[in-house]
This record gives sequence, structure tokens and C-alpha cells, in this order.
Amino acid sequence: MSDTQQHSVAFVRTEAIPEREPPYTASGPLKWMKDNLFATPFNGILTIVAVYLIYMILSSALPWMLNGIWTTSSLAECRTVLDGAVGACFSVLTERWNQLLFGFKYPSELYWRPGLAFMLLFVAIAPVLFFDLPRKLLIFTGLYPFIAYYLVWGGAIGVPLVALAGCVAGAVFYQSFVARNFALGFLGGVIAAFVTWYIGGLFIPDGANNTAWMRAVPSRDLGGFMLNMMLGVTCVSLSLPLGIALALGRQSSMPLIKVICVVFIEFIRGVPLITLLFVASVMLAYFFPPDSTVDLFLRVVIMITVFSAAYIAEVIRGGLAALPKGQYEGADSLGLDYAQATRLIILPQALKISIPGIVNVAVGLFKDTTLVSVISMFDLVGMIRGPILASTAWNGVYWELLGFAAVLFFVVCYGISQYSQWLERRLATDHR
Amino acid sequence: MCVWFGAEDLRTYQEEVNMNKSVFFGALTVAGLAVGAAAAGTLDDVKARGKLNCGVTTGLIGFAAPDANGEWKGFDVAVCRAVAAAALGDPAAVEFVPTTGKTRFTALASGEIDMLARNTTWTFSRDVDLKFTFVGVNYYDGQGFMVPRELGVSSAKELDGATVCIQTGTTTELNLADFFRSNNIEYEPVPIETNAEAQQQYLAGACDVYTTDASGLAATRAAFEDPSAHIVLPEIVSKEPLGPLVRHGDDEWGDVVRWTLNALITAEELGVTSTNVGEMSASAGDNPEINRLLGTEGTLGEMLGLDAGWASAAITAGGNYGEIFERNIGESTPIGLSRGLNAQWTDGGLIYSPPFR
Amino acid sequence: MTTLTDPPLESFRLSMLFNDTRYRSFTFQAIALVLLVFAIGYLTSNLLANLRAQGLQLGFNFLSEPAGYDINQRLIDYTSQSSHARAAIVGVLNTLLVAALACLMATVFGVAAGVLRLSKNWLISKLMAFYVEIFRNIPVLIWIIIIFTIMTAVMPGPRSYLGEDPESNLLLGLFAFTNRGIYGPAPIWGAGSGVVIAVFVASIIGIFAYRRYAKHVLYSSGQMLPTGWPTLALLILPTVLAFFMMGQPIGLDLPDPLANRFNLRGGTQIGAPLIALWFALSIYTGAFIAENVRAGIQAVSKGQTEAASALGLRPNRTMNLVVLPQALRVIIPPLISQYLNITKNSSLAIVVGYADITATLGGITLNQTGRAIECVLLLMLFYLTISLSISAVMNVYNNSVALKER
Repeated sequence: MSDTQQHSVAFVRTEAIPEREPPYTASGPLKWMKDNLFATPFNGILTIVAVYLIYMILSSALPWMLNGIWTTSSLAECRTVLDGAVGACFSVLTERWNQLLFGFKYPSELYWRPGLAFMLLFVAIAPVLFFDLPRKLLIFTGLYPFIAYYLVWGGAIGVPLVALAGCVAGAVFYQSFVARNFALGFLGGVIAAFVTWYIGGLFIPDGANNTAWMRAVPSRDLGGFMLNMMLGVTCVSLSLPLGIALALGRQSSMPLIKVICVVFIEFIRGVPLITLLFVASVMLAYFFPPDSTVDLFLRVVIMITVFSAAYIAEVIRGGLAALPKGQYEGADSLGLDYAQATRLIILPQALKISIPGIVNVAVGLFKDTTLVSVISMFDLVGMIRGPILASTAWNGVYWELLGFAAVLFFVVCYGISQYSQWLERRLATDHR
Repeated sequence: MCVWFGAEDLRTYQEEVNMNKSVFFGALTVAGLAVGAAAAGTLDDVKARGKLNCGVTTGLIGFAAPDANGEWKGFDVAVCRAVAAAALGDPAAVEFVPTTGKTRFTALASGEIDMLARNTTWTFSRDVDLKFTFVGVNYYDGQGFMVPRELGVSSAKELDGATVCIQTGTTTELNLADFFRSNNIEYEPVPIETNAEAQQQYLAGACDVYTTDASGLAATRAAFEDPSAHIVLPEIVSKEPLGPLVRHGDDEWGDVVRWTLNALITAEELGVTSTNVGEMSASAGDNPEINRLLGTEGTLGEMLGLDAGWASAAITAGGNYGEIFERNIGESTPIGLSRGLNAQWTDGGLIYSPPFR
Repeated sequence: MTTLTDPPLESFRLSMLFNDTRYRSFTFQAIALVLLVFAIGYLTSNLLANLRAQGLQLGFNFLSEPAGYDINQRLIDYTSQSSHARAAIVGVLNTLLVAALACLMATVFGVAAGVLRLSKNWLISKLMAFYVEIFRNIPVLIWIIIIFTIMTAVMPGPRSYLGEDPESNLLLGLFAFTNRGIYGPAPIWGAGSGVVIAVFVASIIGIFAYRRYAKHVLYSSGQMLPTGWPTLALLILPTVLAFFMMGQPIGLDLPDPLANRFNLRGGTQIGAPLIALWFALSIYTGAFIAENVRAGIQAVSKGQTEAASALGLRPNRTMNLVVLPQALRVIIPPLISQYLNITKNSSLAIVVGYADITATLGGITLNQTGRAIECVLLLMLFYLTISLSISAVMNVYNNSVALKER
């Protein structure tokens, strides 16, 4: 056969033609541009419009930013230095840096305390966020609230110690009795904690705060971005257990409990956060016992916690509903009671499904902490709108301050949402 | 988990109330394990606490504003400090609570603050309906208008059709509505929350007129890049007697605040200043009223439930009324207010204290 | 069989209240009821004690007293002599107005950005991703302040339009864009304008009828009638004809730069606070809606698109007839909750000086009367009513579009 071919074909190449470069329109950046930017005429127009827009924005913003002044001490001085040229007065950020981060009342020699608490936050939160880390780190997470409290507020060390002791007592009691009966373990644990707090409270001498090694800082003196962080972290962590309880209550078969939870959740979700903050600032004081004063920070924490608990409850309810019915039935058929089934089978799975939703709520809540500026608390936005813009030195600096606030929030929120997406991908592969 | 979150909640509670042991019980009270606290008068509360909680504005230069170091400074702040000095002997023993127009009355009514010194106008309904006691007047103000000079307006009656920026939360809105209605001219109100934002609107030309108390206008104008490009119109459209206030029903505490204010006013009238008060109160002098005021004669302090040296402590804190005025809002400051109505009655003003006897 | 019979009642022990599933739920509910009653009673007694101590009384009489303040934007008649209740209604209407406008605009932004984000154009899809991320991750309060500041600082004051020889002229002689708002022409309804409007309405009905007919023809005979140009013709021609036949009864009231030395007079004006709030809410919520739209479109399986093109449908018809109807099922529920968010976020109007319900009832009225509890309660009641009504609508919709499976 090979012979016939040899004779019937005049010429056959014995080797392949060397590869040639593709035409320059079909490869490299030009092809990429043709495919991705100018695929159709309409696309081309869109691209040109977008490029023009980007050019417009950059050409006005870049000179302003690059020509920024970082070292003057007032707007007037900054304008003198700029001498009519386009440029930003970033010196408001350097000069008021501490006020933006810590508020204007936090004692400046104590800035290291919230700073350290902020650093430790990452250590504490890491084992919660990343499952691969050694589980023993969770012990530090458990201790963190007490450490952070002591660092930020200072005062007598007895207070966080007693609080910790109460929690430990409660947890120990719970651990030793939960196997026998959940209700006994839980209620007993709560009672054990309260008893420890009560007894411990007797051991803290009056006025211990005034002589404490760590100077006490009243919560009214908190401010700046620190206040946003603290409100965000405290309220999200407090609202988680509350949200879980509300979600379980809403799924409950007991009509009364279900009604209470539904009314609560729908009420909170139906009103804007700002009205709840009005409640905290002008109304809540009337509902506390006469002659007791609960200061604004705590009232705001209560209202924001309640607010985010309602949203988290809805997310978790979604997670509960998404569990296949077989999980419930399987738990029943093993003879587990409600507490056991919920604790061992249902919640671990439901919570896992709900994590991305919870993270979304947390991001939203963190952004919403800026609303406290409307009720005269000096968070980051409150500092900008109040003391800094009202001061003679910096009256009239808007873009630099607002831009700074925007960047700060963007970094935090974008970071969290990226984490959430990573987690979502990871959880998705876990199931397959 | 649940348990320790609950704990954190409680710890925050403890924190709040006063950072001492009784707070701990406060937390338990809220949790339902009732431990009562005996109600006492405000003066006793303040003494027990060792601090005066004084409500001020969130920031109005000259009256109450934190400086770059976070120290509160201003005319209203000085009143708080004088009361703290009189009641506690320490002008620094004050916790300043910033309040907005919305929160100030609730803060006072609920006991969050002991007194309010936040350029608040003494009106009938606030006194009678809201149940507050105005202890006196520390500044006689009135609402005025500021316009750019280039508009060529010389009277508020020429403002027909203008857009007016108002800082909300005061009696300003009402006065403005009354003024324009009674003069039968139209206007467009733009209510703004903070002074800084109102200023921004006004300077950008989003409103033609900025209206607030004349003292506030002066303070705002002083902070402008070019103050001479703006004029304050001659009309003062309202009476705004501003003064510190306390809750109805606790007359002992009301007396302390009232007579501290009066002590500052009387001190100016009698020539007692922060520089000579130490020397004058060391021993009784020739003037019996000064002696009674400074506690070298009589028992006025004891009647108030305070030390004999209460008034001299108050005067030492920031000087007499005139000194406070000059230091914070007087003609030597950027705000540059003249005494005007706020001169002593002997100089043709309205500042007048009842006698100390 | 015997195992299922209930134990005799004599053997009832107290511990069964906790351990026996027949009684346990009653026990827990009883405990919950007692705790609830105790908590409400405790709070109420505190409230009453506090009010008594301060000699205050709750009551809503203040609502009928004259408000005493003016409101710059009002949809109904209101003067400073009107009652607080009327001021609250003005606020309610303003809230609804800005919420409705922002919902519309946010949908436009969101759908555009969501679709463009899936565009094959690299630059555009990256740009839209940037838009979505930057708006979703910065608090709405900061956006409202930024946009309001841009409006005030960048737009010229109305004074530049005033006088005989102004610095800037009205756009097309009709519109003025200032930092106090946008001024535009207002129609003047002369005699006979009713006929013009009637013709206009009739021609719109005609358009629908024609489209229905075209569809009918398409389905019955397969013949496709043109719809584009007949629609346009029907919309414009009869009305224009009627307008000239009636002797041009509708005139325009233009903003007049000479009437007043402070402001343009006449025409219609949309205030800067409304525009700033409207725009800020729209563009902020638009970013969220864009994500919903993208998720909705991606939720439609690729097989659907491929099947559609196998049937020979062109890409835009595939989008309109196959993808969108299925995607809407996924998009609409989160969309409605975004509408709810817009309504709730509109309470931040207070920051830009827009007279919504929070600024009137929860702001100036509260300040002037000092009736904090009453005002805040009414405020919450209003928002609650709105939210529950929107949720009810959403439930009805969800039930109507739910896939009838199995």
C-alpha cells in the first residue's frame, strides 16, 4: 500500500511545517482587546464611554491626591502652602489621627490599651474563622472578651475576674450535668454563674476602680473608629446566641413561644435601626428602674444587639429550613430528645449553612454602627461631623475626612465579605 | 457559649452604672434579682459619686466644644465647672455629656445628667409642661440672621423668597416661622442637624441666610475664612434667655446651681475675681456682702448643704461672670461678642443677681 | 399494643412536668408566659414610676396643637399654623415619595449593573464589579453625606442664574441645575387641555390594543406585525394633532430668573435634599440589587439558553422570553426586601434636611414638644405598618409564582 501511495502522490512533505506566529490580530493584546473590549459595535461604544469616564475621574482625583499636604496644622495653613494649586489637605488626618481612631476623650497615654485589644482580636477570632487552626486556640477566644474589657475599660481587675469565674462555674456545671439532662445543666449553669457573680461581687471593694493599676475609663469616653469596632464586635457576638434562641423559638411547636418570637422578630425587622437608636437615646431610660442610670453606650448596645439578633434569627431559620427533613427524623429515630437533637444534630449543620448569611448580617451591622452619630455619639462619622468639622482649624475639610472614613470601612467590610466568599466555596466542596 | 455571652452582657452593665460594686448589684437588679437602691437628692448623689454629670451641646465654639486635646472649653462649660467646684470642691470633677436638641431633655429627665447647661432657651412650656426648673439666665440671646454681604440685604424684611438654613432642635424654627408669617413674606427653610453642616450649606450658597442665636452667628462667622464678607442683620427676632436647668422637684439641688450662678454674677458686681478671691476669702474684709459670699461671715454655705468656701471655690474655678465671658466669648476672642444685654445691671445690662444675705 | 396506652393518671408526679413530653410543652409555655408577664409588668411599672416621679403624663393631645414650624417640601397644604398631626402626614407622604422614587431608580441601576456585570466586555464587567463592591462595603450614611456634599459643593448656586446677565443660562431655556435643586418648567393647563389629555390616554389604550392584536395575529397565523413604529406613531401623532387643533391649550411656566433676587421663581422645583437622598439611596441599593440580578440570571441553567438558541431564538429574544422570566422568580423576593431597606434607610433623611417622617414627627415635633415616648412610638408604628404591608404583598407574590412541583 505504501508503494502505491508513493507513486500516486507527486510530493509529500516529510516533516511538519514549522509553526508560525498567528496573525497579530488573532493573538496577544490586540486579540484580547478585540474579544473583550470591542466584540460588537455596542460593546466598543461602551468601552470608549467607560474609558472616558475613568479618565475624567482619575484626571481630577489623582492630582488632588498626589499633591496632598500632610504636615500642616490647620486648613488655613494648608491653603497657604498649596497656594492656589489643586491638592488635598490630608494633614487633617495626621493631625486628628488619634481623634479619628479613639475619639476625643480617651486618655492619650492609654491608646496602647485599645490598640492591643484590637491586635488580640485577630488572635481570638482566627480559630473561629479558620477551622484548620488548632482547636486549643478557642480557649483564648473564650478568654478574649474579659481581656478586651479589661484593656479597654480598665479599672479593678476583680470585675473581669469575677465575671470570668462566674462563666467558668456556669460552664463547669453545664458540662457535668448536660449529659443527664439539658434543662438541668443549662438552668443550673446559669444559676451557678449568677451565684458566683453575686459572691464575687462582695469581694470587690468599693472604689477599687480609683486605685486600680489599670486606670478606669468610662464608656462615655470611647469614640472614633474604636467605637464602631467595639459596637460591631460586641453586638454581633451578643446577638448570635439570642438569634439562635429566636430562630429555634420561631420553629418551635409551642404556640405561645412561637408567637412571642414571631412578634419580636417581625417588629424589630419592621422598623429602621435609627428609630431603635432613638428609643435607646430618648425612651429606654424610662423603662429602667427609677434612680438607676444606664449609660448611653449600654443602651445602644442593647438596641443594636436586639436589632441584629432579629436578622440573624431569620438567617438561621433559613438554615434550619434548608436541612433535609431526614435529619430531624433520623435524630428522632435514635431516641434523642429535643435538646439533644438540636444540640448534636440540627444546630451544627444549620449553623454551618447559615455562616455566609450571618457574615452578611455582620457586615451590614458594622456599617450601621455609623448611625450612632445621629444620636450624639462620637463614632468615626460623629467625630467628623461634630468636633473636627466644627473646630476652627479644620472647618471646611470634607473630602479628605469622608474619603478616609469610606476607605476605612471599605477595607474592613470588603475583607469580611471576601472571607465569607472563601468560606462559602470551602463549605460547598465539603458537601460534595 | 451562651453562658459567657450573657456574662459579657452583665459585665457591660456593671461597667455602665458607676464602675463600683453597687453597679454589680445594678446588673442583678436588671436581671430580676431585685436589690433596691435608696433614692437620695441629687446633691447627695453628686457628692457620693464624686462627679457632676453636666449636659452640654455636642459642639458650639465658645459655649461648649472639645479642643484638640479633648478638653471641654466654653461659656456653658465654665458654669458646669463652677457648680462642680461649689458642690465638690474640684472644678475638674465634671463628666461632660454631649447632648443634641433631641436628647437633652430626656437625658435630664431620666437622671443621666444632673444639670443641663446647653444654651437652652427658658420657655413657658419647657418650664411648666416638661417639668424643668430654669435656675437663672447666663446669657441673654436673640435669634438673628447672617447673609453674604454681596447680596446687599440690609434688613431681614427684605428676605422675601430667600432660602434659610436653620439648625434644628431649638426654638429657632418656631421663631423663624413666626417672623416671616407676621411680616407676610415667603421663605424656604432648610433644616440642618449640625452647625458645621449648616455652615457648609451656607458657604456653598445652598442657602442665602443662616439663622440661629446671635451669639452662635458670631461664633460661626468668626470661623469663616473671610468674616468680613458676611454681615449679621440688625433684626433680632426673638428673646432667647439661655440658662442652666435642673429637674423639677429637687429644690435643694436647684438652689445649689442657682446660687452658684448668682455667686459668679455677684462676684463680678462686687469686684471679686479669680486673682483676688484667695486673698479675700482668707479673712473677713470690710464689705459684709463679700464676706457672706465668700463664707468668712455667716453660714450661707451650710444652708445650701455645702462648705463655707463653696462660692470662693466656684469663683476660683474660672473667675467671675465677667471673666468667664471675656475668656470664652468676649471681644478679645475670635467670637468677639460685646457684653450688650449681658452687662451687669449697673452698666445698663440685664445681668442681675439677687442679694446674698 | 399495651405500650402505647397512657399511664394511669394516678401515677402523675411533679417531675413529669419536665420529663413527660405530654406535659412538658405546657410547662415551658407557662414559664414563658409568666416571664413575659413579669417582664412587661416590670417595664411598665418602671415607666409609670418614672413618669410619676417627673410629673409627666402620656398623651397624644399635642398632635392637634399648631406645629409652628415650616416644611420646605410638602405634597399637601401645610403652613406653620397646621397641627403636629398634619406635619406628620406631610412627613409620611415625603417618606413614601422618596422611597417610591428611590425604588424605581435603584431597580434601573441594579438591573443595568447586574446585567452589565455579566457582560463579555472585560472593562465593563470589572467596572460594574467595582461599583458593586464599593457601594456595598461603605455605610449608606457616609454615601448620603458624600453625595449631599457633592451636590452642594459642585453645583452652582441659584444666584449664578439670576439677574439680567447671568453667569450661567438655563439649559435649553428650561432647566436650571443648582445646589438648591433642579428647576424646570411646569405645565399651565388652559381651556381645552382636558381634550388633549383624553386623546393621549386614549392613544395609550390604543397602543395596548394594537399590541394585543399583533400578538393574536402572530399566534393564529404566524405572521409578525411590526410593533415598534406603530407604537411610536400612536403615542405621538394623535396627541400632537389634538394639541394644535385645540389651539395649543397647554403652556409652560418657565423658571424666571428675574422675579426674585434670591431664587428662581415659577416652574417646578425638586429640592436638593430630595435629589441627594433619592440618588444616594438608589445608587447604594442599586449595588445590592445588581448582585440579586446577577445571581438570578446565573441561577437559570445554561441548558435553557442553549435550548433556546437550538430553537433558533436570537440572543435578545432568548434573554426576554427564556432567561428573564425564570430569573425573575429568583430576583423578585430579595428585590422586595431591598425595597423595604430603601424605605427604612430613607429615615436617614434627617442628615440632608429632607422633611420625611423621621425629620418632622421624630425630629422637630419631638424637639418642640418633648413628647419623646409618644413620638417614637408613632414613628415605629408607621414604619411597621409599611413593612408589614410590603411583606404581605411579597407573600402573595411568592405564592402566586411558586413552582407547582409534583
